[in-house]
Amino acid sequence: MIKFDNVNKRYPGGHEALSGVSFHLEPGEMAFLTGHSGAGKSSLLKLIACIERASRGNVIIDGQNLTRLKNRHIPALRRKIGVVFQSHNLLYDRTVFDNVALPLIIAGYHQSEVGRRVRAALDKVGLLGKERLMPITLSGGEQQRVGIARAVVNRPPLLLADEPTGNLDPELSREIMGLFEQFNQVGVSVLIATHDHDLISRLDYRLLTLKQGKLEQGGRTSEMQVLKDKKNEI
Amino acid sequence: MRRNNTNNFNLDAQDGVITQKSHSRVNAYLTHHLWVLVSSLGVLWRTPLATLMTASVIGIALALPTGLHVLLQSVQQLSTGWEGTAQMSLFLKSDVPEKRILSLADKLRGWEGVSEVRYISREQALAEFREQSGFGGALDSLDENPLPAVLVLFPTVEAAEPIQMGLLLGKVQKLDSVDLAQLDMEWVRRLSGIIEVGKRGVLLLGGLLALAILLVVGNTIRLTILSRSQEIIVTKLIGATNGFIRRPFLYTGFWYGLMGAVLAWLLVAILLGLLGDPVNRLSFLYNSEFSLGGLDLETVAILLGSGIALGLLGSWLAVGRHLQAIEPS
Repeated sequence: MIKFDNVNKRYPGGHEALSGVSFHLEPGEMAFLTGHSGAGKSSLLKLIACIERASRGNVIIDGQNLTRLKNRHIPALRRKIGVVFQSHNLLYDRTVFDNVALPLIIAGYHQSEVGRRVRAALDKVGLLGKERLMPITLSGGEQQRVGIARAVVNRPPLLLADEPTGNLDPELSREIMGLFEQFNQVGVSVLIATHDHDLISRLDYRLLTLKQGKLEQGGRTSEMQVLKDKKNEI
Repeated sequence: MRRNNTNNFNLDAQDGVITQKSHSRVNAYLTHHLWVLVSSLGVLWRTPLATLMTASVIGIALALPTGLHVLLQSVQQLSTGWEGTAQMSLFLKSDVPEKRILSLADKLRGWEGVSEVRYISREQALAEFREQSGFGGALDSLDENPLPAVLVLFPTVEAAEPIQMGLLLGKVQKLDSVDLAQLDMEWVRRLSGIIEVGKRGVLLLGGLLALAILLVVGNTIRLTILSRSQEIIVTKLIGATNGFIRRPFLYTGFWYGLMGAVLAWLLVAILLGLLGDPVNRLSFLYNSEFSLGGLDLETVAILLGSGIALGLLGSWLAVGRHLQAIEPS
């Protein structure tokens, strides 16, 4: 689903955010991406959503090489990717329903189908009763769930999340992670960037760690706790 | 939060028959356009004062050339009415005997482009003048009739054109008995010349004001785009095409243009209504049947059309220039 082949990302000014990154996320796989802030997590996600382009190497999403992707084909790529942001990125001048409906309207779904799918997505995240509210009246956790509903309403094969639990307490964070696991169980590929080690060490998924733009892989999230305990002992 | 059972969580649930789906896609596309059309009007409606101000600027800018155009049209109708009655007056030398005048008239009748020649003798001219001018008393004090005999020459319909009339004038001026030949159409030609200048002026003025409208609409749309940049970024991230993002702004420009054109229509109609009575009174004093024409269907259609076109073009330019700059980062 996601394939990075020796990818470099150098920003104007010479800062190299990613160097020689290669990995392959299989369809239906779920993985976590960790690393200190500035390690290149956001850059990596941006390359997947084609917000940035790789300086060198190939990024292949769902069989499509983004290096050669024409600008006018970017919207079609993004419709295949549901993105959940730390800052929610909701539109605060419209209702929860209209926020979640946006990807369907962009994709040109029929009105009746929009209503059905939006309600199904809101039901999944447990916000069915709040579709007529404005997002600003919701709590942080609820807003994040609106963002998740919007990311999945179009049934994308790939779900990206950038620090989805960044501003939430541990209880809410676990619920949000539970949602991602549920989507993964029905076949959606999921890649979550997070530095919430406490939370993901309770789960058992593939772990990708970025250190100064270089990728270390082969670990599992369940092994993280051990590392951390060791650190604490020292 | 409710924990959903993974079983009722099927993401790949229903999907209709493909043909039915593509048909409903087209439907959905049209519905979406209609929805954007109405909702962009709704957005404008929510800020009535700002909308009215922008629309008024466009309206006034459109009303000016439209009003002048209607005015010129009325004057032009007046002058074309007169062009048909073109005639040429040949004032004859006073020593030419009547017999020669009549034979000259016969000769002229045979000329190409001449349909009729009327002879006004010195006595007839005097009687006419006495009757019409009211200077009868002054004439009586003169020893002899000061008026020359006149041959009035009417051209055929084909020859009643400025160029042919000019040629004819040159020919009759060379005749021995003719003292002075005068083309009565001269001032009509001058008037139509003035109208031509006026038309060109209206066109240039219209062009300048059209440019102003483009700038007004463009700037208004630019501000709208900037105030909604967050929304644009989010919709781009979700996979909106440039066309999708452009649409509401284009329809906003459409509404500005339409509202401005309708306002201009109203303004011109009101102005013509206010001018109508005094103009009629004035033209009555001049024994003229001149009256201000109204806005005809063609003018209204052009007005509405150009208003809409300018609104669309203005927003298109603004959108094209500023939408590219707003990209997620």
